[in-house]
Amino acid sequence: MIVADSKPLQEILAMVREYKKILIVGCKGCVTVCNVGGAKEVEVLRASLMIDGKKEGSPPDIDTMVIERQCDNEYVETLRDNIDAYDAVLSMACGVGPQFLSEAYPEQKFFPAVNTSFYGGAVAHGIWEERCAGCGTCIIHYFDGLCPVARCAKSLLHGPCGGSADGICEVSKETVCIWDTIVKKKIAQGRIEDLFVLQEPRDWRTARDGGPRRSIRETLAE
Amino acid sequence: MPCTGRVDIIHLLNAFEDGADGVYVAGCLEGECHFSTGNIKARKKVAYVKKVLEAIGIEPQRVAMYNLSSAQGQRFAEIAKEMVDTITAIGPTPVKDSKAA
Repeated sequence: MIVADSKPLQEILAMVREYKKILIVGCKGCVTVCNVGGAKEVEVLRASLMIDGKKEGSPPDIDTMVIERQCDNEYVETLRDNIDAYDAVLSMACGVGPQFLSEAYPEQKFFPAVNTSFYGGAVAHGIWEERCAGCGTCIIHYFDGLCPVARCAKSLLHGPCGGSADGICEVSKETVCIWDTIVKKKIAQGRIEDLFVLQEPRDWRTARDGGPRRSIRETLAE
Repeated sequence: MPCTGRVDIIHLLNAFEDGADGVYVAGCLEGECHFSTGNIKARKKVAYVKKVLEAIGIEPQRVAMYNLSSAQGQRFAEIAKEMVDTITAIGPTPVKDSKAA
């Protein structure tokens, strides 16, 4: 899923303090699962903005709602009847959400309440880690399902660099050297020869280097 | 509440939004939670609310977490007085136009 983190409250306040009628829109997708933009977080942000507004002597009028997904126009459309009643809209979805909202309602002002971070999963309660770089050409079958593109700081494809020590990456003590893990797993399975395969230079055009991407299901698209 | 583990961030913020000068959570002694970690979770939520108040420019001392057992009635009274003294020293909440103000 897409993992995001809350923007600092002061940053959000700087974005919307001047507006008197605000709509906060949460999303029931990924940001609900990573506890940053679901129903609970929407109410916490509303209360925080209200406390600030009352402290400043001019509390805003804030409404909240949480839609199924902000990345699907059929759900974005549910805002249409009331969207013009607000001076500004805060989206608590990942970076996709405010863009879908902005495209659907060109007259309205939209602001992001979260920083979208990565594609990942929960490794423990309250802790998420990156697992996929969305590079568009998956090659993890060469590495037993582990991705050096996303999980090696240098995206190396032929083994660890000199910054690997005791299974940890030099970038951070919290970061596992994924190449250490891959090599150990191959050795344990008696398949280290798999890693002797030369990896051709990658075609990064399927990643961000090729510009914004598009995905089409021909059986669905009209 | 049956356990401070049920205390959520929104409960604490709602109190401040409604004009509370201060809020404290009295949980069981750490290590003695009937549900293992309810009081630890509450402490983290109190810490989060302190950060929210700080970001808004409100004294974080207005929210606090205390730990005591249900057999410590005298300590409970002391804590109440301590919290009242803290809030009295800080003064009334700057949150205006509120139900309780």
